[in-house]
Amino acid sequence: MKHLLGIEGLGRADIESLLGRAEAHLHGGPDASHLLRGKVVANLFFEDSTRTRTSFEMAAHALGAEVLNWTTAGSSVSKGETLLDTVRNIEATGPVALVIRHRSSGAPHLAARHVRCAVINAGDGTHEHPSQALLDAFTLRRRWGGLDGRTVLIIGDILHSRVARSNLHCLKALGARVVLCGPPTLLPSGLESLGAEVTWRLDDVLPQADAVMCLRVQSERQSESFFPSSREFSRLFGLNAARAERLKPGALVLHPGPMNRGVEIAPSVADGPHSVILEQVAHGVAVRRAILEEVCR
Amino acid sequence: MSSRTTLLRRGRVIDPRHGVDGVRDVLVRDGLVAEVSETPLNVPDAQVVDAEGRWVLPGFIDLHVHLREPGEEGKETILTGCRSAVAGGFTAVVAMPNTKPVNDSVLVTEYVKAKAREADLCRVYVAGAITKGLQGEEMAEMGALVAAGCVCITDDGRPVMNAGLMRRALQYATQFDLPVMVHEEDLTLSGKGVMHEGHTSTRLGLIGIPPSAEVAMVARDLVLLEETRGRLHVAHVSCEGSVRLLREAKRRGLRVTAEATPHHFTLEDEAVGDYDTHARMNPPLRTRRDVEAVREALADGTIDAIATDHAPHGVLEKQVEFDKAWNGVVGLETALGLTLGAVREGALGLSRAVALLTDGPARAFGLPGGHLAVGAPADITVVEPDVEWTVDATRFFSRSRNTPFHGRRLTGRVAQTWVGGRLVFENGQMKESR
Repeated sequence: MKHLLGIEGLGRADIESLLGRAEAHLHGGPDASHLLRGKVVANLFFEDSTRTRTSFEMAAHALGAEVLNWTTAGSSVSKGETLLDTVRNIEATGPVALVIRHRSSGAPHLAARHVRCAVINAGDGTHEHPSQALLDAFTLRRRWGGLDGRTVLIIGDILHSRVARSNLHCLKALGARVVLCGPPTLLPSGLESLGAEVTWRLDDVLPQADAVMCLRVQSERQSESFFPSSREFSRLFGLNAARAERLKPGALVLHPGPMNRGVEIAPSVADGPHSVILEQVAHGVAVRRAILEEVCR
Repeated sequence: MSSRTTLLRRGRVIDPRHGVDGVRDVLVRDGLVAEVSETPLNVPDAQVVDAEGRWVLPGFIDLHVHLREPGEEGKETILTGCRSAVAGGFTAVVAMPNTKPVNDSVLVTEYVKAKAREADLCRVYVAGAITKGLQGEEMAEMGALVAAGCVCITDDGRPVMNAGLMRRALQYATQFDLPVMVHEEDLTLSGKGVMHEGHTSTRLGLIGIPPSAEVAMVARDLVLLEETRGRLHVAHVSCEGSVRLLREAKRRGLRVTAEATPHHFTLEDEAVGDYDTHARMNPPLRTRRDVEAVREALADGTIDAIATDHAPHGVLEKQVEFDKAWNGVVGLETALGLTLGAVREGALGLSRAVALLTDGPARAFGLPGGHLAVGAPADITVVEPDVEWTVDATRFFSRSRNTPFHGRRLTGRVAQTWVGGRLVFENGQMKESR
């Protein structure tokens, strides 16, 4: 694979190969520090992100690469430079891969059409966040052995969630049933044709879930009137302690972070026995090593 | 205009206004149609043009083009826009007022007319703004614009969101019997949307524009039209709901006309593909069902005209993130081929298609031309119906290249364009020197 622009379009074999590679990298794995020695990976973060950027950075270092960290703060973007000019300028310094995070859906696709090096989508607008979906799948696979026949419930702002889209494609490809749940204003049309089941009746589907993924509620959505208040959202769609009681025994709880504790997820649930949230973070580095290794081959 | 006499011999003349479809000789004298004859004519002093195997049509009229001058001459000028028009078989175009400065004054109207005279290729009619600066707040001086020659008023590209103001504009325009052309979009419904709201926008994570953004405004304006008894022209109809309302309004005898663009009756929202900004337009490309509804409306007379919404943009406006890209597509040079594509697919008859490019737009705005009766202006488009060609944006006469149709195979090509009896375009070449 030349680029990783999204999970859509990847086959089950592609995904399993990446997850297999990530397994080898987990907990240090075999020494991989020679794989990208002398090469440069450029992190282009047009949108703030600490966790994803750090995770890619650690993964690149572990493979022996140098990391060029580029952010919009104080950059030529503030002087009106276009995305393509920025990307071409960074490319001219000779990196082996560009890791791009951008507010606009499709920005990495635009970049990929105009550069020769690899492009990795580190989150584009409300489109995809493939490395997040891979680490989520990786986390579930390590717990379960496989995803076939499992039911994964994703709750919250599906409309604006790149995590939800990438996870939908990834989990479906690995054989899971995916149920998306949120207020009707945040459930865009056409989700069924992407292979999801869609509902706003959380309490009906909760007991069926083998894993529940809570999405971060973006507080600005409230002022856009997608829902009346955080309090009402929490009452209808929050994974609180009472709801957690109704989970299947052994069901897993995930969250891509950062969390709004007490809104989409109760602190007792986030830190409770079902939670694999910190495992997700830990797995991020291994999965991103696998991604870099794959596209930089 | 030329005083020469020309005889277009044995072409298939299709003149929907007069129900003509058959082989005829067309004699042109002093810039006007002098005779249309079933039997061969013998005119010794005439320059003879062999039109056998070709179609001889009234010159096409486009009610909706952006010539970008004054203000954005890097995208298009009145001269390059006119070249693009005659290359596409258009002998008359209506220039939209969203120039820089906006055409809300006699000064700009006169400027556009002067530049068009200088270009001296096709007829350029001018549309004035409804509101000053297209701001949707105060009416522009409609009477002055009409006196300067504006053939309609429109805030094209922007809706008049203030319903009270829109009502008064329709009322006020009745004293000039002036069509008010509207871009139907409720901005509170379209919001920050960048494409049709549906499966593709969900898949791509792009903000969608629901059809209600257009349909709700069509409904509002039809209600206002009924009260004011004015003339309304609905620009670039994109969806089934609008078509249904327009059909009903026409049945009830309201003075409403409408147009549709070749891209809206050809492409679906899926044309956005992987964020192809050339498929970004406003209103957005809709679904197959909407495309079918627009085609039915073209065929049954609900929609009066095919208009291109010719909207030239430079690379800087298109080679960017999808949500930052500008809307629009250059349209003049692909309109005929795309229209004939719909004919070949059985969506509408040939005579109806020709009417949509000629008689329909002429009647909608009360323009001369659009037919070939004796005494009509000799604005004529000669078409080679069976020639297949491939759209090559790099060879457009327009100064801009933004089209989703680059590389598409089309059948039917403009062989000659005559304006006022003068040959201005022939076989891919401008005939600018007189």
